[in-house]
Amino acid sequence: MGYRYDFEVITEWISPGEKVLDLACGDGSLLRHLNDVRQVRGYGVEKDPEKLVSCIANGINVLQFDLEKGLAGFEDGFFDHVLMSLSLQAIHNTQGILAEMLRVGREVVISFPNFGYWRHRQSILNGRMPVSESLPHQWFNTPNVRFFTIADFDALCEQNGIAVRERLAFDEGKRVTEEPNFLASVAVYRLGRAR
Amino acid sequence: MIQPQSIGVVEPRRLRFTDPLRLRGGGVLPEYELVFETYGELNASRSNAVLVCHALSGSHHLAGHHAGEPDNVGWWDNLIGPGKPLDTRKFFVIGVNNLGGCHGTTGPGSINPATGKRWGADFPFVTVEDWVTAQARLADQLGIERFAAVIGGSLGGMQALGWTLQYPARVANAVVIAAAPRLSAENIAFNEVARQAILTDPEFHGGNFYEHGVVPARGLKLARMLGHITYLSDDSLAEKFGRALRHGKAVYSYEVEFEVESYLRYQGDKFAGFFDANTYLLTTKALDYFDPAFEHGGNLPAALARSSADFLVVSFTTDWRFPPARSREIVYALLHNQRNVSYAEIPSAAGHDSFLLDDPHYHAVLRSYFERVEI
Repeated sequence: MGYRYDFEVITEWISPGEKVLDLACGDGSLLRHLNDVRQVRGYGVEKDPEKLVSCIANGINVLQFDLEKGLAGFEDGFFDHVLMSLSLQAIHNTQGILAEMLRVGREVVISFPNFGYWRHRQSILNGRMPVSESLPHQWFNTPNVRFFTIADFDALCEQNGIAVRERLAFDEGKRVTEEPNFLASVAVYRLGRAR
Repeated sequence: MIQPQSIGVVEPRRLRFTDPLRLRGGGVLPEYELVFETYGELNASRSNAVLVCHALSGSHHLAGHHAGEPDNVGWWDNLIGPGKPLDTRKFFVIGVNNLGGCHGTTGPGSINPATGKRWGADFPFVTVEDWVTAQARLADQLGIERFAAVIGGSLGGMQALGWTLQYPARVANAVVIAAAPRLSAENIAFNEVARQAILTDPEFHGGNFYEHGVVPARGLKLARMLGHITYLSDDSLAEKFGRALRHGKAVYSYEVEFEVESYLRYQGDKFAGFFDANTYLLTTKALDYFDPAFEHGGNLPAALARSSADFLVVSFTTDWRFPPARSREIVYALLHNQRNVSYAEIPSAAGHDSFLLDDPHYHAVLRSYFERVEI
């Protein structure tokens, strides 16, 4: 579950003892990792019953909420960091959840698969929907509902007044600095409220 | 029916307490007895005890069966036993009948030592807090300083929550299932109708029906029928009975026609046959009064600041008596206080009664949680 390099980048941005909320936390391995190396006060949100049980077994706090319904019960600015690792593309209410994450967290960390990655473009040019390490599902069984590129996400942040504090891009576990929208399969962002 | 992995034959025990118990409602019980059962073995460090709190119609008899009564299986036998989610090979599990009850613990049907007659209407009001106090005294007698977990569903969940506020240092984990931090006006309204059914039954005799050799069975039956509807869901009633007619067509009578009528009457009669009417009244009042936030101006996060336990909160999607939103109130209040809390919202068609069933996801959550409870 998850990509270690994505975990490592996120861990770098978290200070010891922080309050952290991890949305769509899967089996809880990121929070487990952050508990171990940053002693965070961590909470995960996960809707899937089997993953919820894995989280409990992993010894993390997990809450079975539906992210499509927002984060209404969480207090403004309660968390130091709100994380979402490789799940934004599976949520319908993209702008709503981004706004909610920025409301309840001082800073937001988001990673997502880059639909504009060159292999994905090549696949489309060849007439087939992309299937790759970062987009592992077939078109007919994918949980993803939003398909967007790094450039698309940058534009959305610009449009919604979201401050991009840092952006890192990766391909096969290595940093990509040139032409990330073409050469990177995954991007990790550090976001804040614009002023 | 005896299930596989059942704990087998169990025997209730009884302890007498002679320290007067001053009750929240102003009454005093000069002395009292608690009936309880235990399952599994208390370990040498006395760190593996789990207290199971019962709801309105429950008792101390959680699991297994009594000798010679193979059909009298404990009410939470699907959860508690060797290899079950609450595994008696790891934990020492305790069930206790609450004060004011009618399963052997001192209650309105017991003899009042001051008069030599049954307590009846004179039995003092008891609250969730009083039950917790009595349970703590039992724990003292059993040599248990700190529970690995306190668990309960519905009113039992309120006791588990109450434990973390009254004795925060004595609870490592609280498992609060299908509960609420306080009743809603609608909840109280249902309780009031149930109470009126009993109070206005001519055979109630102001609570002293024992002396008349009768029971207010009609009132109890109505109370149970009403309660039972609120424990189920529209879906489960539709699935179980639909509009099925006993005679296949309408016969224009007040006798049983629809199968759901037959079911409710049967449940009501069965309940009225063994449950004490005064216990029913006292217990519904204990439900109504429970409100830890009251002393904090209604601020639940402030009320829960006292707790230090780790929490598992569980709700069921079709529970309309204590809907998931009520459990989420508890979760958010704990979150505010940065407590360790996990929350499961179980998809289930069975309404409030879901907490007694063995839905696979529900039991997987409980099993996983109890596996990680340190002893």
